[in-house]
Amino acid sequence: MSYKFDFEFLAERWPDFVAGAWLTIQLTVLSIALGFVVGTICALARVYGGPVVRRVAGAYVEAIRNTPLLIQIFIVYFGLSSLGLKLSAEVSAVLALTINMGAYTTEIMRAGVESIQRTQLEAADCLGLTRLQTILHVVLLPAMERVYPSLASQGVLLMLASSITSQISAEELTATANLVQSDTYRSFEVYIIVAVVYLVLSALYRLGFWAIGLALFERRRRLGTPL
Amino acid sequence: MIQLSFNHLLYLVEAARFTILLSVIAFVGGAIVGLPVALMRVSKSPTLRGIAWGYIQLVQGTPLLIVLFLSYFGLGILGYKLDPLVAAGISFTVYAAAFLGEIWRGCIEAVPKTQWEASDCLGLNVFQQYAYVILPQALRIAIPPTVGFMVQIVKNTSLASVIGFVELARAGQIVNNSTFEPFAIFTAVAVIYFVLCYPLSVAARTLERRAHAGRS
Repeated sequence: MSYKFDFEFLAERWPDFVAGAWLTIQLTVLSIALGFVVGTICALARVYGGPVVRRVAGAYVEAIRNTPLLIQIFIVYFGLSSLGLKLSAEVSAVLALTINMGAYTTEIMRAGVESIQRTQLEAADCLGLTRLQTILHVVLLPAMERVYPSLASQGVLLMLASSITSQISAEELTATANLVQSDTYRSFEVYIIVAVVYLVLSALYRLGFWAIGLALFERRRRLGTPL
Repeated sequence: MIQLSFNHLLYLVEAARFTILLSVIAFVGGAIVGLPVALMRVSKSPTLRGIAWGYIQLVQGTPLLIVLFLSYFGLGILGYKLDPLVAAGISFTVYAAAFLGEIWRGCIEAVPKTQWEASDCLGLNVFQQYAYVILPQALRIAIPPTVGFMVQIVKNTSLASVIGFVELARAGQIVNNSTFEPFAIFTAVAVIYFVLCYPLSVAARTLERRAHAGRS
């Protein structure tokens, strides 16, 4: 093997990589947050909703979880624009990632909501809490605490999966890599660097989720034990 | 512009065969590499455990897309012809092995410790313990999550389209380039993926429920 590694392009192109990574962070933080809201609402619909609502939420989850993200992104970006709804690549990316994250969050949060015992709901009833109050104060936070590790790893998986949005030319980290490698012909080196950046990002996201968990769940902060 | 026709749909279904082929390669390759990874993860030697742990962290911390690009361009550097199927096969093996290794580690650890002790008392050596006592029991626990992971494999083979391997997703793009009816075409592609994946999802859930029949 006579291949010589050459990382010289980095001196000139590193701002591109930083910009790409920054867009990856923006896209995914937004999608994770929005996806969490969508997923939580759908999870509540799946557990407490009427039969029709339950069905609709169930169909959404199955449709998304059994088709590839790449195709979902294509449908949102190319499909919607051919129907007359023109969205920019970034908006399409966030929309597709949110829909995807929402479906997975629904399944995760459903497990959490179902784990709340009936007696808790009855106790809330006895205290005269309204349905909304019960859900906000009695159901959601403990449910989330129970499934928090799964939520966190789903968040990291979504961050990694956001690399797929490079295929609709959202200029995030992977798209930046594709661009730089086509300018410099240093494809192997470029993708090694990007792989390292993604590894660092996954570590950062795990750290972030851990910190959010500590801030959110008093019990974990005080006792250090999961619920 | 060419009108979208029944033949296009037929072309998509034909291309789905390559999605299935790639999924099978990924699963078989992933299983062959994944089992040693799982065994290393539960090994007594800290070095072996460390290597397997590092491998899993590395693969699970980078996007599959990047793994694909690395093996595609890496093969080129090593002087091999850039064959998308080879590059995709290697990438998916690397990817599936990391995830299956981690899933199966959990299954091996889920076999009660008393089984180890009992087989120790019977004087079995480590190989015999694994072959006759631990792995057969771990296999039963492993089937539902493994089937569930196969859904992920089928879906992720769509990424092989980016290095030019013509499977279902790439076929969708090709048809779209000539007819430009993205909504209809990609919906059809999604439906075909759904048809491939949904039975696996249902099977995983049913097996899961059956495995937990005695409990909960």
